[in-house]
Amino acid sequence: MTDSYVPLLFLLGLGGAFALVSVGLSLVVGPKRYNRAKMEAYECGIQPTPHAAGGGRVPIKYYLTAMLFIIFDIESVFLYPFAVAFNSLGLFALVEMVLFIVTVFVAYAYVWRRGGLEWD
Amino acid sequence: MSTAVLGAAPAVFTPATLDYVALLPVLIVLGAAVVGVLVEAFVPRTSRYAAQVWVTLLSLVAALLALVLGAVNHQVGTAGLSQVGGTVKGSVVVDGPTLFLQGTILVFALLGALSLSERLGGVGADAFTPMGSSTPGSPQEAQAVKAGAMTAEVFPLFLFSVSGMMLFPAAGDLLTMFVALEVLSLPLYLLSGLARRRRLLSQEASLKYFLLGAFSSAFFLFGTALLYGFAGSVYLPDIATAIGARGSAFDGLLVPGVLMVLIGLLFKVGAVPFHMWTPDVYQGAPTPVTGFMAAGTKAAAFGAILRFLYVGVDQAQWDWRPALIVIAALTMIVGAVLSVTQTDVKRLLAYSSIAHAGFILVGVLSLSREGVSGTLFYLAAYGLATIAAFAIVGLVREGGSEATHLSQWTGLGKRHPWTAGIFAFLLLAFAGIPLTSGFTAKFAVFKPALESGTAGVVLVVLGLLCSAITVFVYVRVIVLMYFTDSSGDAVAVVEPSAFTTVTIAAGSLFTLVLGVAPASVLMLAERASQFIR
Repeated sequence: MTDSYVPLLFLLGLGGAFALVSVGLSLVVGPKRYNRAKMEAYECGIQPTPHAAGGGRVPIKYYLTAMLFIIFDIESVFLYPFAVAFNSLGLFALVEMVLFIVTVFVAYAYVWRRGGLEWD
Repeated sequence: MSTAVLGAAPAVFTPATLDYVALLPVLIVLGAAVVGVLVEAFVPRTSRYAAQVWVTLLSLVAALLALVLGAVNHQVGTAGLSQVGGTVKGSVVVDGPTLFLQGTILVFALLGALSLSERLGGVGADAFTPMGSSTPGSPQEAQAVKAGAMTAEVFPLFLFSVSGMMLFPAAGDLLTMFVALEVLSLPLYLLSGLARRRRLLSQEASLKYFLLGAFSSAFFLFGTALLYGFAGSVYLPDIATAIGARGSAFDGLLVPGVLMVLIGLLFKVGAVPFHMWTPDVYQGAPTPVTGFMAAGTKAAAFGAILRFLYVGVDQAQWDWRPALIVIAALTMIVGAVLSVTQTDVKRLLAYSSIAHAGFILVGVLSLSREGVSGTLFYLAAYGLATIAAFAIVGLVREGGSEATHLSQWTGLGKRHPWTAGIFAFLLLAFAGIPLTSGFTAKFAVFKPALESGTAGVVLVVLGLLCSAITVFVYVRVIVLMYFTDSSGDAVAVVEPSAFTTVTIAAGSLFTLVLGVAPASVLMLAERASQFIR
């Protein structure tokens, strides 16, 4: 029983060694040429310091759109296998799928009615 | 057998058969939660609170009725409740423990919903904030309410959580168990962060709960993957079969898999060393949520632990039992000892809940039918007392804000004898004093443990010692309330509405009845203690 752990342990060691070696190697042989853009926290987006516009508050309106996107994203993930296997699934799966989509649209109706789709 | 199953995919799809009678209680609650979301979307703001309260209470009562009627209809002869089996291809197993725990959780949910909807004369549920960044009663908050911010969302969130709790102990495979775990947890993470007063504490609690919960979910999922590697199936009976026929190349995956799934489950009940979140979250979450969470999550998660251990990996008990014995002992000791130093009522009850998780684990570890029935009874008794206790904590206030520091409770017994008296009674129940449900419950979990062998005896002795420590803690609070001079009368009990009164009255009444005449519930738990594979 303990034998079967040996490859696991070996892999664990190998994984750790790989991480250490690659980080260490880039420290040793990597070129270090700094410039202003490279010292910034992010390479894109809003500068977090000293202050973002509007008294330090960063607008996070986009998160609602992103979350809504994920809802429909997941819905389509489920729709693809359903569509492929539709012929062998029959009426039962159709009803299930309609129920699923109705449930997703409940979330959509909530977001719409509560103003989640308005930008300001 | 595992290699054969691994690559096999069903050639023809056969839809699962659904036993709608068995699923009905969960479906009602889940459907009501969806209706609640629609209420949020389409019902005018002025009548939203009332609509949500009605949807919540009616659906919970309907689910409880459906559950009881279903159980009674399936009852045949002396075999009791255990006449129903798996449905949805074995993913949902409706047997005795499931029915008992679902009923228990629904009762918790009813009482919890009543204390959740306490308004104290305001427009919405009092414990929750319509806007996380504004102080209670400020113009900013009034503006937020005027602009349409509401606290009625807590009701659908609450119902979603209840449906997850009901599914959790019924899950017959590890993936369904994981889905149920998330359905019960995600709304609770949110609800923990919605407190109206001490908002920063609440938001901090929510974030901690979410991060640690996500961490433990990952453990659960990884354990599931390892067990799938071992058995070639996530179904608990298949895992049991695979353990019986050990000898495959993947045997080494069994123990890590079991332990990792257990980490995920033990996190939810707050067993040491996975208890770090408990005091912070219990303290920060809105008090009605804390009460419901403490009772409901424990019942659901212990149901899942019981099913996983008894149905799934029972035959591998020599591998996981020592670890669980250590965890049970640690949980009792740490919970009891750390509760001594607490100065906040909510944190004190949190550490007390950790100690109780340890006592329940002792019942789980006896690995017998009596152990199961004792555990079921303990969960019901502990939950009812807990919901009532937290409902009382929510009423003791100073200047509108909850007075949770112990020093603020001095002399409360003289000014509010009823409230302090009921709280003292509930504390005695937590301590396990005879004539309260706590005594019967402790007896019910310790007796089968005594009969289960040396480890069980050691755990029971340890459990009794820890009970003695917790008695000191509870009696100290009682002394504080009755025999210490009050520092002033700034702290007062606010006048509760009928809702909270019912919660407190029902919780303490159950605590008394389960202590004085527990026979009928004990018998129900005993008849419900048989798992169906």
